[in-house]
Amino acid sequence: MTLLIRNGTIIDPSQKLKKKSDIVVDRGKVVGLGKIKPKKSWQIVDASGCFVVPGFIDTHVHLCEPGREDKETILTGSEAAAAGGFTSIVCMPDSEPVNDNEAITDFILQRARRVGLVNIFPAGAITKGLLGEELAEVGEMVKAGIVAIADDPNPVENNQVMRRACEYAKTFDIPVIDHCGELRLAAQGHMNEGAVSTRLGLRGISRAAEEADITRDIILSRITGVRLHLAHISTQESLSWVRQAKNQDIQVTCGVTPHHFTLTDSDIHDYHTDFKVDPPLRTQEDVKSIVEGIIDGTIDCIATDHSPQTRLEKETTFDEAVPGMIGMETAISLCWDFLICRAGLSPTRLVELFSTNPNRIFQLDRGTLKEGAIADITIIDPDREVIVDVSKFKSKSKNCPFDGWKLRGSVVMTIVKGRIIYQ
Amino acid sequence: MPLVGKHLLGIENLSLDEIELILKTSRSFKEISSRPIKKVPTLRGRSVINLFYEPSTRTRSSFEIAAKRLSADAINFSVSQSSSAKGESLIDTVKNLQFMNPDMIVVRHSAAGVPHMLSKHCDASIINAGDGMHEHPTQALLDALTILDYKKQIKGLKVAIIGDIAHSRVARSNTMLLNKMGAEVWVCAPPTLIPMRYEEYGAKVTYKMKEALRGADAVIMLRMQRERQKEVSYPSVKEYFALYGLSKEKMKWAKSTAIVLHPGPINRGVEIDPELVDGEYSVILEQVANGVAVRMAVLYLLLGTSEEIGL
Repeated sequence: MTLLIRNGTIIDPSQKLKKKSDIVVDRGKVVGLGKIKPKKSWQIVDASGCFVVPGFIDTHVHLCEPGREDKETILTGSEAAAAGGFTSIVCMPDSEPVNDNEAITDFILQRARRVGLVNIFPAGAITKGLLGEELAEVGEMVKAGIVAIADDPNPVENNQVMRRACEYAKTFDIPVIDHCGELRLAAQGHMNEGAVSTRLGLRGISRAAEEADITRDIILSRITGVRLHLAHISTQESLSWVRQAKNQDIQVTCGVTPHHFTLTDSDIHDYHTDFKVDPPLRTQEDVKSIVEGIIDGTIDCIATDHSPQTRLEKETTFDEAVPGMIGMETAISLCWDFLICRAGLSPTRLVELFSTNPNRIFQLDRGTLKEGAIADITIIDPDREVIVDVSKFKSKSKNCPFDGWKLRGSVVMTIVKGRIIYQ
Repeated sequence: MPLVGKHLLGIENLSLDEIELILKTSRSFKEISSRPIKKVPTLRGRSVINLFYEPSTRTRSSFEIAAKRLSADAINFSVSQSSSAKGESLIDTVKNLQFMNPDMIVVRHSAAGVPHMLSKHCDASIINAGDGMHEHPTQALLDALTILDYKKQIKGLKVAIIGDIAHSRVARSNTMLLNKMGAEVWVCAPPTLIPMRYEEYGAKVTYKMKEALRGADAVIMLRMQRERQKEVSYPSVKEYFALYGLSKEKMKWAKSTAIVLHPGPINRGVEIDPELVDGEYSVILEQVANGVAVRMAVLYLLLGTSEEIGL
């Protein structure tokens, strides 16, 4: 089946393109851009007033299968991704059992193929069982199809283990992802340490916890030369460390989550546990710096850290609630509203953050609409207003703090390998 | 004028008028406790559940006595006897209690925010009897009442709160209350026991006892909450007491008319010299008596009865 997307504005930073153009897709590949006359047999999509961009990639998703299918499954996670405009996701290894061997990697990829919606690229564990002690069989997992290694949601505590992991990952030229938050400095806290934690009487997580790991990682990246990806930085100071490292040509990249530039710790009113997340929500100054970092290019990508949690895990005290927010079905609208409408980011930069750069970091053979490229496409209507309605989410879990928010800009269609998987 | 809210979740949301109303009502109730027959029929037929997830002797008994003196039925529901030991979730417990139709639930829990959570799941009025490191509003109110037994007004007084500020809900509630009432509030502890940006509560923060105590009218000593500390914040009890323990010598820096309060239970010799506990400055036992009066006032005001109190 041939698909023609007409009258949209194509934005593709990989070929420095932003223009009104049609695009034709055939047998899963992009076959042509320009002014194209449709044939009768073609399926036609009218994208007037919309942006047509290379498929968005969420580089940080917890899919919970195998093991925690009560929170999310590969099917519901894929549906949520599709509904959120993502054509590819990188899933973290914290399934049960952990994705620390090729059998689990195989299982995830097989299940993903059977579901057949979005592309799922697993990240394998850095250490067996995510315990931070022994290296997992990275080579076997690479053969099976992992695109990176990570111990997320845990930091790798032991500096020497992390160093060896960085060295070892170089064999396969894959990035090492770190969840930065040194556990002793985090001191079993539940939210950002500051005026708000003091007022609420909640144990705080020091900003130093994130920074300590980030500086350690930058040092290790420098001495090992590994490509290191800091998953979701959240503080002003973290950003400044990354900026310094990049100025010294250290191979470090970083992502941020939408919730870290749309919410602050002051939003934790009435101990609402949907606002509990790790790294914790920070302050207004941090939000401001993150938006600056997005605009000036210090931040390479935006990823959701989609972390489904059941009601049981959230409907308890703030202390006991499991951290995490789901994010795939709100990310694009949040970014469009907060970054493009309010902060003046260009749509082109947003495509870089969600497609071009994630593809470059994780080498996924996506992120472009060049002729011959795999036809993963996201179509966004910049003027459509949405009201977030968690009850309509595809995700199996509903732990989202944005319910009821009114946002401008919305995904209208998601296309994977030339097939419309969401509209 | 009644209280604005249906619950007493903390000092934070109380207005100065409400605070003064509670204190004024407490003074009326103090008289009842000194009568030979210490009971009025005001809250007859009302039921109050004391839901205590943390061990407590004085606060729980104080609430129980307060309820009984007002003729309410007080039911104690403490953690060791409850279903929570059997794994029932807090929400389920609360939903069950809701169907017993209590008029009020007095709750203490080791996690901040539990009273707020209850207030959303229950029709009953909720009184916070201490939630984690957050608030303990009736303690602050009884402390203010006690200070007012000795001082004409709180406005303009220098009050020093000393000890484990970080883990103390008493410190937070007291700082806010005394600040609202116009006192100059100082907190003093080693930096390891002062939470970040505490000065935003309106307190002056110092690490030096002399600065905190100099010219103080009232000194509130806090219990060292070793059970809440997940790490070591001071090298030893001996060193802590030498630096931050309240001794007779250090009390000389305060005004000669100063009073010493402590919410109890006291770690004698950790935060305070045993002799001071029983000495001339101490008003610690008056605090206990005032606790009953304040809790009677809060029960009465929240249950919003229009009947005569019979004072």
